[in-house]
Amino acid sequence: MVPTNYYVILSAILFGLGVFAFIFKRNIITIFMSIELMLNAVNLAFVAFSQAFGKLDGQVFVLFVIVVAAAEAAVGLGIIILIARNRQTLNVERVDLLKL
Amino acid sequence: MRSLLAANAELVITIVKIVLLLFIVLTVNAYLTWFERKVVAHIQSRWGPHRVGPHGLLQPLADGMKFLFKEDPTPAGADKFVYYLAPLLALTLALTSIAIIPFGPEPIRLFGRDIYLGIAPPDLNIGILALFAITALGVYGVALAGWSSNSKYSLLGGLRSSAQMISYELSLTMSVVGVLLMAGSFNLRDIINAQARHPERGFFGWNVWPQILGFFCFFVAAIAETNRAPFDLPEAEQELVAGFNTEYASFKFAMFFIAEYTSMITVSCLCSIMFFGGWLSPFPASWTLTHYLPSVVLIPFGLWVIMDGVRYETIFGRMVLPVVGAAITALGALFVVVPSLNEFIQAPFWLLSKIFLFLFVYVWMRGTLPRFRYDQLMAFGWKLLLPVSIVNVILTSFVILMWGAK
Amino acid sequence: MTAPLVVFFVLAALAVIGAVSLILQKHPIHSALSLIVVMVAIAGLYLLMGAEFVAAVQIIVYGGAIMVLFVFVIMLLNAGVEEHTNLSKMAGAPGLLLVLALAGFVAATVAKSGASVQATSQTGALSSTKGISEMVFKDFVYPFELTSFLILVAILGATVLAQREKS
Repeated sequence: MVPTNYYVILSAILFGLGVFAFIFKRNIITIFMSIELMLNAVNLAFVAFSQAFGKLDGQVFVLFVIVVAAAEAAVGLGIIILIARNRQTLNVERVDLLKL
Repeated sequence: MRSLLAANAELVITIVKIVLLLFIVLTVNAYLTWFERKVVAHIQSRWGPHRVGPHGLLQPLADGMKFLFKEDPTPAGADKFVYYLAPLLALTLALTSIAIIPFGPEPIRLFGRDIYLGIAPPDLNIGILALFAITALGVYGVALAGWSSNSKYSLLGGLRSSAQMISYELSLTMSVVGVLLMAGSFNLRDIINAQARHPERGFFGWNVWPQILGFFCFFVAAIAETNRAPFDLPEAEQELVAGFNTEYASFKFAMFFIAEYTSMITVSCLCSIMFFGGWLSPFPASWTLTHYLPSVVLIPFGLWVIMDGVRYETIFGRMVLPVVGAAITALGALFVVVPSLNEFIQAPFWLLSKIFLFLFVYVWMRGTLPRFRYDQLMAFGWKLLLPVSIVNVILTSFVILMWGAK
Repeated sequence: MTAPLVVFFVLAALAVIGAVSLILQKHPIHSALSLIVVMVAIAGLYLLMGAEFVAAVQIIVYGGAIMVLFVFVIMLLNAGVEEHTNLSKMAGAPGLLLVLALAGFVAATVAKSGASVQATSQTGALSSTKGISEMVFKDFVYPFELTSFLILVAILGATVLAQREKS
C-alpha cells in the first residue's frame, strides 16, 4: 500500500508547479491550463484522503470539481477567443489596459 | 528461469495473451481490407482484387509491402514531434481498446491456472466505461494529425473530423445507458450474462428487442465515431483531398488505416456484446442439436473451397486453395468428433459470427449509401441522434422503475 | 519495493515531468499535450487507489473533452510560439525558489505528521461506482441538480460569447 503522505506530497508539488506556470507564463491559454493543473492536484489530494478514511465523499467531490472545471473551461475559452479577436494577441502583457 | 516464470505467472500469461491477440487483430485487419474491397467491388458489379494470389487473398500482403517501401516525406514546416505522435497515438488507442473485450465465458485450464479469454481481468468493474475513455482520447489522433501537417486541407479536415467525433461521442455514450440499466453493471461479462437470464428465449432474450432505439443510436453514432461511410466526409478522397491524412504517406498512413479498421472491429464487438447477446446462441438452450452448427457451417464451406480450388485459373491457386479447403473441412470434422472441443468452441463461434455480421453491415453501408454533407452530419448528430438517445434513457428508466428489469 | 510503490513512483514521475514540461515548452500545443500526459498519469494514480469510476470520468471528461477544447482553441487561434520579453527573467529565479519553498514546506509538514493518517484497506465491500452513485443521488442530489444547471448556464454563455457581432 502506498502511504497517503506520498499522494499529498505529489499533490503539493503539482500545485506548486501550477502556481509557477500561472505566474510566469505569458500566453493566456497556458495560464488557463495551469489552472486546470492546480485543480487536478487538488483532486488528487481529495481522492487520496477518500481512500485513507475509507469514505467515498472525496470521490463525489472530485466529480463535482471536474464538472465545474468543465463549465469554467468552456466559458473561459469563449472569453479568450473574444480577446484574441479584439486585441489580435494572446500575450497577457498586452491586454492589461481596459482601453485599447 | 523456471522459478522466475512461475513467480510472475500472471504477468507472463498476460504478455502471451497480448502478443497473441495483437497478432490476430492485425491479421484480421489486413483481411478486413481485402474483404471490404471485394464486397464493395461486387456491390459495384466488378471483381475487386483478384490477381494477387487466389481470389486476391494475397492483396493485403502486397499492400503491406507497398506501405513499407514507399517514400516517407515530412511536410516542410510541420511540427515534427506532433506529426510523428499523431498516428502513433491513434494506433495505440485503437489497439488498446481490444484488450477490454471478453472473447469467451469459460476459462481454459492450462498449467493449473484459469486463463480467461480476453486480456482484461473478468471482474473489471468499469469495463465499458474504460472503452469510452479510450474512444474519447481517440479524438486527439485526428486533431493533432490535421494540425501538425502545416497544410490548410489537413487542418480543416482534422478540425471537421474531430468536431464530428466529439459530437457523436455524446450519443454513443447515452445510447448505451439503457443497456447498462438493464444489466446493472459496467462489466461486459455481466451484460452478456444479463441477456442469458432466460435461456429458453434465445434470440428474443437479447438486448436488441427492448433497446431497439438504443441499438440504432449506438450503431449510427459508432459509424460516425469511426469516420466511416456515410460519415466519412473529413477523410474521403473526393472531398477535402483525403482530409487530415493528406500529408501522411506510407507507414504513417498505414497506421491511421489500421487504427480505423481496428476501431471498426471494436465497435462490431461492442454491438454484438451489448445488444446481440455476445457469445450466446440465438437458439433456445434446449435445442442441443444446434451445437453442431459450427461444423455444419465449416464442412460445406471447406468442401466448396476445395471444389473451387481444383478448377481455379492459376497454378498457385490450384495448389493452395484445396489445401486451405481441406484444413477448414478437417476443423469442422474435428468439432463433430470431439464433443468437449465442440462445447468450448460454441461461445467464440457465435461471438465471431456476430462480429463478422456487423463488419459485413459496415462494409455494405460503405458500398451503398451516399455521403453526408458536413452541416447535415452535425445537424443529424445534435438535433436527431442526441434527443433520441436521451428519450431512450428516459423510457428505459421509466420501464425499469415500473416493472423491474425484465 | 512492492509493486504498487513502483507503479506509484512511475506515475508520479510522469505527472511531474508533464507539469515541468508544461512550464518549459514554448508552443502552447506542446503545453497542452504535456497537460494531457499529467491527466492520464493522475487517472492512473486514481486507478492505483481503487477509485476506478473517478479515473474513467477523469479521462473521459478532463482528457477527452476539456483538453480537446483547449487543443481546438489553440488550433483555431493559430497560437504561435510565445514571445520572449525581459520582464519575466527578473522574477524567475526567486520565484522558482519561493515555489519550491512553498511546496517543500507543505511536503515536510505532511511527512512529519505521517503517523496520524494511515491508509486503510480498500473501501469496503461497496464498489466505487455503486457507492458513488448512491451518494450522489441520495445525499448530494441538490448539488448534482445545481451542477446540471451550471452546465446549462455555461453552454448558453459559451454560445453567446462565440457569436460574431451583427454589423
